Amino acid sequence: MLCCFSVSLTLCCFSVSLTLCCFSVSLTLCCFSVSLTLFFSLCFLYSKTELYDMCWSLKDGLRDSLVAAAPYGGPIALLREPHRRSPSSRPQLEIYSASGLSIASFPWKSGPVVQLGWTVSDELLCIQEDGSVLIYDLFGSFKRHFSMGQEVVQSQVVQAKVFHSPYGTGVAIVTGSSRFTLATNIDDLKLRRLPEVPGLQGAPSCWAVLTQDRQTKVLLSNGPDLYVVDNTSCTAVVPPGLSPQVGSIVHMCVSFSYKYLALFTDSGHLWTGSSNLQEKFSEVDTKVRTPPKQMVWCRRPKSQQPSVVCMWDRLLLVAGVCNDTIQFPVDDQCVCVGELDGVRIISSTHQELLQEVPLVCQDIFKIASMAPGALLLEAHREYEKSSQKADEYLREIKEQSMLGEAVRQCVEAAGHEYDTNTQKALLRAASFGKCFLTDFSPDSFVSTCRELRVLNAVREPSVGLPLTHTQFKQMTLQVLIDRLVYRQFYPLAIEICRFLKIPDYQGVSRVLKHWASCKVQQKDLSDEAIARAVCLKVGDSPGVSYSHIAAKAYECGRTELAIKLLDFEARSGEQVPLLLKMKRSQLALSKAVESGDTDLVYTVVSYLKNEMNRGDFFMTLRNQPVALSLYRQFCKLQEQDTLKDLFNQDDDHQELANYYVSASYREKVQSCDTPPAPCPVTEDEMKLLRFQRKLDDEKGAGLLGLSLQATMEALLALGLHKQAEQLYRDFKVPDKRYWWLKLKSLAEKEEWEELEKFSKSKKSPIGYLAFVEVCMKSHNKHEATKYVSKVTPEQKVKAHLAVGDLEGAADAAIERRNESEMAAVLSRCSASDRLLMDRLNRAKASTAKK
Amino acid sequence: MAAHLSYGRVNLNILREAARKELREFLDKCAGSKAIVWDEYLTGPFGLIAQYSLLKEHEVEKMFTLKRGRLPSADVKNIIFFVRPRLELMDIIAENVFSEDKMHSSRDFHILFVPRRSMLCEQRLKEQGVLGSFINIDEYILDLIPYDGDLLSMEYESAFRECYLENDQTSLYHTAKGLMTLQALYGTIPQIYGKGECARHVANMMLRMKREFAGSQNQILPVFDTLLLLDRNVDLLTPLATQLTYEGLIDEIYGINNGYVKLPPEKFAQKKQGEASKDLPTEPKKLQLNSAEELYAEIRDKNFNAVGAALSKKAKIISAAFEERHNAKTVGEIKQFVSQLPHMQAARSSLANHTSIAELIKDITTSEAFFDNLTVEQEFMTGVDTDKVNTYIEDCIAQKDPLIKILRLVCMQSVCNNGLKQKVLDYYKREILQTYGYEHILTLNNLEKGGLLKLQTSSRNNYPTIRKTLKLWMEDANEQNPNDISYVYSGYAPLSIRLTQVLARPGWRSIEEVLKMLPGPHFEERQQLPAGLHKKRQQGENRTTLVFFLGGVTYAEIAALRFLSQMEDSGMEYIIATTKLINGTTWIKSLMDRPESQAP
Repeated sequence: MLCCFSVSLTLCCFSVSLTLCCFSVSLTLCCFSVSLTLFFSLCFLYSKTELYDMCWSLKDGLRDSLVAAAPYGGPIALLREPHRRSPSSRPQLEIYSASGLSIASFPWKSGPVVQLGWTVSDELLCIQEDGSVLIYDLFGSFKRHFSMGQEVVQSQVVQAKVFHSPYGTGVAIVTGSSRFTLATNIDDLKLRRLPEVPGLQGAPSCWAVLTQDRQTKVLLSNGPDLYVVDNTSCTAVVPPGLSPQVGSIVHMCVSFSYKYLALFTDSGHLWTGSSNLQEKFSEVDTKVRTPPKQMVWCRRPKSQQPSVVCMWDRLLLVAGVCNDTIQFPVDDQCVCVGELDGVRIISSTHQELLQEVPLVCQDIFKIASMAPGALLLEAHREYEKSSQKADEYLREIKEQSMLGEAVRQCVEAAGHEYDTNTQKALLRAASFGKCFLTDFSPDSFVSTCRELRVLNAVREPSVGLPLTHTQFKQMTLQVLIDRLVYRQFYPLAIEICRFLKIPDYQGVSRVLKHWASCKVQQKDLSDEAIARAVCLKVGDSPGVSYSHIAAKAYECGRTELAIKLLDFEARSGEQVPLLLKMKRSQLALSKAVESGDTDLVYTVVSYLKNEMNRGDFFMTLRNQPVALSLYRQFCKLQEQDTLKDLFNQDDDHQELANYYVSASYREKVQSCDTPPAPCPVTEDEMKLLRFQRKLDDEKGAGLLGLSLQATMEALLALGLHKQAEQLYRDFKVPDKRYWWLKLKSLAEKEEWEELEKFSKSKKSPIGYLAFVEVCMKSHNKHEATKYVSKVTPEQKVKAHLAVGDLEGAADAAIERRNESEMAAVLSRCSASDRLLMDRLNRAKASTAKK
Repeated sequence: MAAHLSYGRVNLNILREAARKELREFLDKCAGSKAIVWDEYLTGPFGLIAQYSLLKEHEVEKMFTLKRGRLPSADVKNIIFFVRPRLELMDIIAENVFSEDKMHSSRDFHILFVPRRSMLCEQRLKEQGVLGSFINIDEYILDLIPYDGDLLSMEYESAFRECYLENDQTSLYHTAKGLMTLQALYGTIPQIYGKGECARHVANMMLRMKREFAGSQNQILPVFDTLLLLDRNVDLLTPLATQLTYEGLIDEIYGINNGYVKLPPEKFAQKKQGEASKDLPTEPKKLQLNSAEELYAEIRDKNFNAVGAALSKKAKIISAAFEERHNAKTVGEIKQFVSQLPHMQAARSSLANHTSIAELIKDITTSEAFFDNLTVEQEFMTGVDTDKVNTYIEDCIAQKDPLIKILRLVCMQSVCNNGLKQKVLDYYKREILQTYGYEHILTLNNLEKGGLLKLQTSSRNNYPTIRKTLKLWMEDANEQNPNDISYVYSGYAPLSIRLTQVLARPGWRSIEEVLKMLPGPHFEERQQLPAGLHKKRQQGENRTTLVFFLGGVTYAEIAALRFLSQMEDSGMEYIIATTKLINGTTWIKSLMDRPESQAP
């Protein structure tokens, strides 16, 4: 039983399209305008909402045209008479927004097109007979193309389908030789040729692409047989419960979610079931024998009662799972577009959305509904009229403690409504109801208000994105903004970002970035003007990368503009790679230096090194001291020879000398390479080396490489006093050092006589305390004592102490009346030296008195 | 484990935790068992971030040191190279990878660049044909490492050398990046002051980086009020002087590396009864030094002459605490006593350690040589006879004392005299070359390039002016109960810290003249804070300054800053950051060139 009634209202302010079906009951619904055509299918209502009066004016309607419309209110592509091949009258490819506004139009110059389709990112795919697929953007500019395989050129594409899966947009074709080829993601093209289908000649009677268990398969029928073809095999299948007498399958379709399958047989039966062919939902006899032109699933997410829309030239039929059908006459050729939550029906004059009415809307708008939402709506209406009935209604809801539920229903229903006045009425009612609740979270109300405002704005015919709230939620705000940006609705996108208070990074900045990237492609404006415009708008917006924009400009061949834009880039690191790409290496170098990132500088330098000839390279570095010194460091570790050239070029004598010095040590061939203009110390060193070599040759002394001091030491140790003496004079060694050296050396060799002779050779420049101490170090107290007398008065005490002569030390200290010296002696005294201690203490006391 | 990091004014443990988190994330990226191949230089700094236990938790089973040839065999799934981005290391890695392939094993390779990945190195790996062998190439941004509760170090040894000798500002870039990380965690620092070329460069980079991040406004309430960037070459004198604080002396004598010191073992022998004293431990005693140790935190910054008293006072307190046990009568009292035992025992062993260290140091500080050296240093700092050849230096050269000691003194004389006269300079140079060998001419050139040794060009020596204006010499430094920062060098107040002190009060405007005499520009920058983040200061609440020493800082300088933080009326607390903790010896060493060691 089809229990169906339709409500028809004609209120002046709304454009209402009503299509009545079955028997219609005209009711003036006490409430207000509902621009719906409702019909019941058991307990399910379907509504057909007019979306747009199409802005286009198509001469011949949609007849003889290839039409592709993208879901989610996507654009419509139209190729008129695709098979007209005479070069004099090429078919026209037209792209429209969903509301029919022309976006692009151009004559089709390539080969015959079999199928049009849209990718998930709103790019148009044109699949040609020869298997090549041409990709255009929304504005009709060619992006790229790919081929579905070489063999297709011969066998030709007979039919093709564009499908969407979690992996992206895919293309499936069937060739004249009955072979299927699949590409699951056109952005990552991997062609898969499916196995042959037994007994298939030419194209199958109908087929569909399925995505199941991460696999893409083709379901096809050949006469009465049904096959599933996957990568490796072709399996014959039988849909459960399909009566054998129904004949062969002539049309099939899968749902938006790939979960459901509908098959249409030549006996007019429509079988529905799960797409894995495990379950049957229903089988309806449509009583129409001809295969439908189009067949589309119509359901909303979570609904348990899916239905299928079949369309013939003059008839639209909705078949549910409960054997009932609803029929609409159609006067014009239409195209059905399956959506997530319904079907869009596009005709040459207008566009409608056919969908299952959401439960909550049914609850509220059902005749004589007692749902809390409905009562609240009524209450509010009465309240507006200042009627006391408002209170009665409210009381009724409150008695059932359903006010929260009522508000929630009104808010949710508002989200689903397409008509702005209905939205307002529902939201007002919700807001009214909210007043009587104390702890109701306003979040859903606020977000619904905001989202509806955005949806209403994008639904405007001038924008033409007829999204439902469900679709909007599914596609997310980010994607919506991307789509608006892609369609170049920059101001609207920015308004939305600001209105919804999206952080700049994800919102406004992103829009500006796209805007700027688009702006730099405007050929009619001068570089100067564009740079200024971009800078003015983008300014310091966070997250907008000027280098990204510049890269775009460079891509379009506007190098000068790119450089101008790069100037605004704050991150030098970002500037450099692009500058190198544009062959502005000098500028790249200075930017790299500016960034302070030495790795970046190294990168540019090594790039330059490969790009330039050596002379230019060095000259360039010379102008960039930071880069130069980094390069020097690099050379020091990696290319010593280059280092020399660098210093030579810069006339850096100091560094050059250093280089020679370390080079000579490295090679262990000393003084072979005479550095230019040697300084006195270097001359000395060379003199020393000559001397050492001579002596090594003569006496095998092994002196080479020793320092002067070490050489003298070695000579003295070997007893070569004369030679040591010679060095001492030749190299003007200070007396002090020489004396120390000789003193130590003699003491070490215990040549005490020689030492005494030496001490008397002249007055010691290092004093005689040194003699005492050195002797003591060799444990020769006897010799040490000899020198104590020669020590200056100031050091006498120390000298006496050094040889352990406490008495002498005490005498000297007392003589000098030096308190601290006395204390020093005292500290060395032990208990056995009591007499001495007393003496010292007395002397100390008397000194202190004075 | 690193609780001491969070006790300070600024909780530096946040930084450490952030670093650990990132390390864990990287390790988890390489699923399965792993072996780490270390660039040896990195192990020390990493030790401050994560112990082996953390690595073990993330399936690190083996650790190797990066060296040429074939990798040691280890039954692990992943080999991870932890390396600095240096070309020579890339060549070694390439060699490792090549020899690995021959063995037909299927270990996965990864590289973690510390502190930053480098295109140059990746290019090198590509040239060597091994870039494709690596599954993960990542960077581990480890710039500022929390070293102690108030101290951050980059552990970047060659920073001074690179900046002043080689004009390589890589370290400054890392510094700026590190400061950006710090600001991301602790809020934007509203005021930046600086003195010196490098400071200017770092500040410029920071401001530029801030612009790059524009938009992602930092919403953290600023912890630091001020950042002060100081070039080491503004104050070359301080590191040359011998530090006289406890910690400073430990560093001068034994060297503190990444927070650890190795000491001669003799003094630490466990004297157990019945054991022959012959088998003394031969391994050096390794101790970790940081403020986690209560006693150390107390005495580290004292002048060494005040350490003895502090130690004996502590000894009394501890023994008194142990005596408490006799008073414990009731079970409850005994229980309480026992509960304190672990802490007391730790305190006692800590006391024993430091008494031993103090004894070791005292042996040296009371020696004549130490005294003579110090006397000459102080003469130079007070400006006595700085324009003549110093006889003590002459004698030291004649006796062939260690070269670094000579260089420290000569450089000090040069700095205190604003350069040496040609005659004096030439004399020293000849003496050094003739005694220690001609090859040291490269080192001398380096010191000249770095400004530590120079020819007096202008006839005027401005060091006395600087000394007087900034009161760098305090005649009556009180070592026991200091009232001025000069106690850290027993008379000399470090120039760098005086600049810091004056900046806080009364401000640099009062010393414009002196600032002009010191090298490099001085500057002030402000960073805008987002509205609502301006601090509402409580009455008497101290301000916090981050002092960043570019090119290294000494322990004595840190001690001086801590002293300033603790001064009641200073109103300022200091957090210290640096490229590396240095002393005169390590500093000069980093500037030396040995031709042999350069040979490939």
